[in-house]
Amino acid sequence: MTVDSMYQEIILDHYKNPHHRGLREPFDAEVRHLNPTCGDEITLRVQLDGDTVKDVSYDSEGCSISQASASVMADLVIGKDLASATSTYDEFLELMQSKGQLEPDEDVLEDAIAFAGVSKYPARVKCALLAWMAWRDAVGQARGEVGESTT
Amino acid sequence: MTLDAAAKLAYDISRVRKDFPILDREVRPGVPLVYLDNAATSQKPQQVLDTMRDYYEQHNANVHRGIHTLAEEATALYEGARDKVASFVNAADRREVIFTKNSTEALNLLARTIPLAAGDEVVVTEMEHHSNLVPWQLATQRTGATLKWIGLTDDGRLDLADLDRTITSKTKVVAFVHQSNLLGTVNPVDVVVAKAREVGAITVLDASQSVPHMGIDVQALGVDAVAFTGHKMCGPTGIGLLWGRAELLDSLPPFLGGGEMIDEVTMAGSTWAVLPHKFEAGTPMIAEAVGLGAAIDYLSDLGMDAIRDHEHELTAYALERLQRVEGLRIIGPATTEDRGGAISFALDGIHPHDVGQLLDELGVAVRVGHHCARPACLRYGVPATTRASVHLYTTTGEIDALVEGLDHVRRYFSR
Repeated sequence: MTVDSMYQEIILDHYKNPHHRGLREPFDAEVRHLNPTCGDEITLRVQLDGDTVKDVSYDSEGCSISQASASVMADLVIGKDLASATSTYDEFLELMQSKGQLEPDEDVLEDAIAFAGVSKYPARVKCALLAWMAWRDAVGQARGEVGESTT
Repeated sequence: MTLDAAAKLAYDISRVRKDFPILDREVRPGVPLVYLDNAATSQKPQQVLDTMRDYYEQHNANVHRGIHTLAEEATALYEGARDKVASFVNAADRREVIFTKNSTEALNLLARTIPLAAGDEVVVTEMEHHSNLVPWQLATQRTGATLKWIGLTDDGRLDLADLDRTITSKTKVVAFVHQSNLLGTVNPVDVVVAKAREVGAITVLDASQSVPHMGIDVQALGVDAVAFTGHKMCGPTGIGLLWGRAELLDSLPPFLGGGEMIDEVTMAGSTWAVLPHKFEAGTPMIAEAVGLGAAIDYLSDLGMDAIRDHEHELTAYALERLQRVEGLRIIGPATTEDRGGAISFALDGIHPHDVGQLLDELGVAVRVGHHCARPACLRYGVPATTRASVHLYTTTGEIDALVEGLDHVRRYFSR
């Protein structure tokens, strides 16, 4: 196991040139999530249009893994219908909990397959999940479900 | 031979390192451990490990409640450890030394028992570890008292300019850190204590980061209570210390209730044991106290002055070398004046988490994050820092490994 398996080119590219970054209007819900052990934080907005994820915008600060993950996540969910975006979330969650034992499906996860290596580093899994957890929470709030505003 | 050379001979770093078995391990094959996370916890010498093993193999029994041989031996070892602590910090009376779980528990004990009311004020500083901040937030919220704090200067010191406005006749407690775990700053205890005494406030010192590296004299410091912890001073985890003036501790109500802390118990009510037992409810951490006693013997044999000098040299070396790393900014004092060997820094454009991960690949263990001092991180505009911290067994070679590691990190992220 070497650290190169975690710091894939795709991850470093997204880190240096993040997609969909910056808070935008309009939005249906805004959440702020923290990673209290390392100081990563993200403020994330979701706008839904019926069952479609119309926009996801965010402002965040943190390590390369958390920043790249937010960028990849926004790429994956914007424009998708909620059911499909949620199943992508489920699949990414499963990948991150796999401790490196799962072969990711590139058709579903696209650039997010690059995070397979991160799943071998327990301390970093929560960095990769921060934006996804914030997205899930924001969608819940936008749909009027009871959710937590921070973790 | 000059005096300097004699002092260096007396502190034989390679002999010292042989006492710490873990320093010989490799993090992975061919990658030796470079342990620079000492402000989080220290490593343990063989003498401490042997003492704890011997305690369990030869003397284990509960303390203060048996008349058989083992119970008497265990009690003597446990109370002997208290004597060692009392002597190590120059307490006037062994009854002033209370064993707790850690510094956090010692500080919570005070925050829960010192009487406060609406209109009272508690003063802390912006560089407190959460352990000396959150208990006082809870205490002031519970009682309606007000929490105030001493701010920080840009170079990582307490801003004492408006001390007169912060510490006033309403101040009941001034709780502050001796040496910052984030910034490395050693605070001017005398200045703060003088002001607190003027207004009759109780002074509480968090000495978790100072006792292991410079030693302290609680009477000379002039404070009313001091909290510190065993695991940062080469002792085991699970054992912390509260020292408090007997008059103060006698005046406070009990913290936790249970066995051992009572004098007489009826169904209608109870009376309390005398110090120190009033604050030691239940079976204490006996093996841990005994292990701490061995750690104190170890530190005393090396000599706290020699340890302090060794770490001072290392800190000067580290500060000098780190500041030559391109894009590196020290968070905290940049010189060794009133400063200990916990050095936080930011590396331009690279998050501490990534710095720590790549350093680990090279066997270099540092701490990354906000170090349980988030308000101070906010003060300096960083979400987190990378922190390297030395101890009595750290070598300049390990500082070199850190600096070379940082060069590697910079190259890695500029590809």
